[in-house]
Amino acid sequence: MIEFKNIEKAFGKNEVLQGIDLRFTQTGRISAVLGPNGSGKTTLIKSLLGMVLPDEGSIEVNGQPIRREWAYRNQIDYLPQIARFPENLRVAELLRMIKDIRGGASRDEELIERFGLQPFLDKRLGTLSGGTKQKVNLTLALMYDSPIVILDEPTSGLDPVAMIQLKELIRQEKAHGKMVLITTHIMSFVEEMADEIVFLLDGKIYFRGSVAEIKTQHQAEGLEEAIAGILKGQLATANRSVAPKSALQSIMSHLQTA
Amino acid sequence: MLKILKYSTYDLLRSRWAYLYLAFFLLFSGGLLYLSGDVSKVVISLMNVILILCPLIATMFGVMYYYNSREFTELLLAQPIRRRTIFWGQYLGLAISLSVSLVIGIGIPFVAYGILHGPETWNFFTLISNGVLLTFIFSGLAFLIGLKNENKIRGFGLAIVLWLFFAVVYDGLFLLSLILFKEYPLEGFSLAATVLNPIDLSRIMILLKLDISALMGYTGAVFQKFLGTALGMGLSLLTLALWTGLPVWTIQRAAKQKDF
Repeated sequence: MIEFKNIEKAFGKNEVLQGIDLRFTQTGRISAVLGPNGSGKTTLIKSLLGMVLPDEGSIEVNGQPIRREWAYRNQIDYLPQIARFPENLRVAELLRMIKDIRGGASRDEELIERFGLQPFLDKRLGTLSGGTKQKVNLTLALMYDSPIVILDEPTSGLDPVAMIQLKELIRQEKAHGKMVLITTHIMSFVEEMADEIVFLLDGKIYFRGSVAEIKTQHQAEGLEEAIAGILKGQLATANRSVAPKSALQSIMSHLQTA
Repeated sequence: MLKILKYSTYDLLRSRWAYLYLAFFLLFSGGLLYLSGDVSKVVISLMNVILILCPLIATMFGVMYYYNSREFTELLLAQPIRRRTIFWGQYLGLAISLSVSLVIGIGIPFVAYGILHGPETWNFFTLISNGVLLTFIFSGLAFLIGLKNENKIRGFGLAIVLWLFFAVVYDGLFLLSLILFKEYPLEGFSLAATVLNPIDLSRIMILLKLDISALMGYTGAVFQKFLGTALGMGLSLLTLALWTGLPVWTIQRAAKQKDF
């Protein structure tokens, strides 16, 4: 179980999270955290991992507050957004190293097989292409059988074959009763995979519900249009609040010319 | 922590810089020994190089390593490991691999020359241990600069300023104040000022060990009187230990409060 209680975080003057209350209790469920760029998705996830320390509020994993704790991360598989690794290391060395540091059973070989990484095991990480790096990233993130799986932009740079493999893998994790959190900008991926959507906007939760709900609420055929509808609506209200002033100005200028 | 230490040392020992650093010391100390043949003189020449170069390389390389390993750090932060374990492991990895380059680079030529059987053995060890201490102190400070500054350019700038301050500016200010206040008794002040700068402190310790303090005139006598005693030596060792410990402690504090 994951619980965010009134999380607030600001980086300087930029208030990224403004009071997030969120609970994930059901296992065997895929939740997609969506939102435009800069809406606080990654910050939210990083605060769950203790990489970002919230200014206010607390986070609990399985009923235990996580502040200053570290052992709870054994329960979490995390895929970071940008796959950049020590350039000098070879793929096999990196895998061995993380296994050595973390200890315990891992299923890296199965994942290497799945993503077809064998030919790259002896290559230095600096020489790999973006997509291959993402596959290494996925292998690293998923090689431990943890009950909570968090994937920050898992689809970036993947080719269609790897994409299919990834979807299969995520479904498998779901079937094994894991709690899966995903952030992505690819709406077809969300429509296909997610059981529920958490939509973040300006550091607050704007919507939470199933894909079908968001579509009916915004009378859109696809998820993409529904999301675009929300964002446009947001823009329109922002413009409307400016409108009266400009109308007044135009009348004033009209009077002056008259 | 040992595992992190192992891997960061391994990573560093594989980069070209560590070998360049090693090769420089090998060539330099080997060349000096070959050309002069007088161990005492070679130790003094090497001292001047070490006092400038060790802090410089440790600060610059430290900041560079910190920024270069950011991604790796983020990878580790998501693992079930304490934060301080990660940063201490990386810091020690850096300091140890630089020290290894230094010790091997200077050690091989001296041992080949037969230093271990001569009367100069202790002078040689004082030199090496001061170099190692300076490496630890300045790589710790460099790590701290990295932790406190997201911006690489600013971090590098601060690192250069830090080195310049302790290696050059500090002495300038020190001398200036000695000249300005020459009417007053300055033994206490100059002792304190020297002890507070790890580079100066190392220099004095090596010079005194070499028994050439007579060359430093009156100041040398004052230092000899102070550092020659058990209390003085203990105090300066304590200061060096503090200088080494302070960054390590601050690294842990800074790491605890940082967002990644």
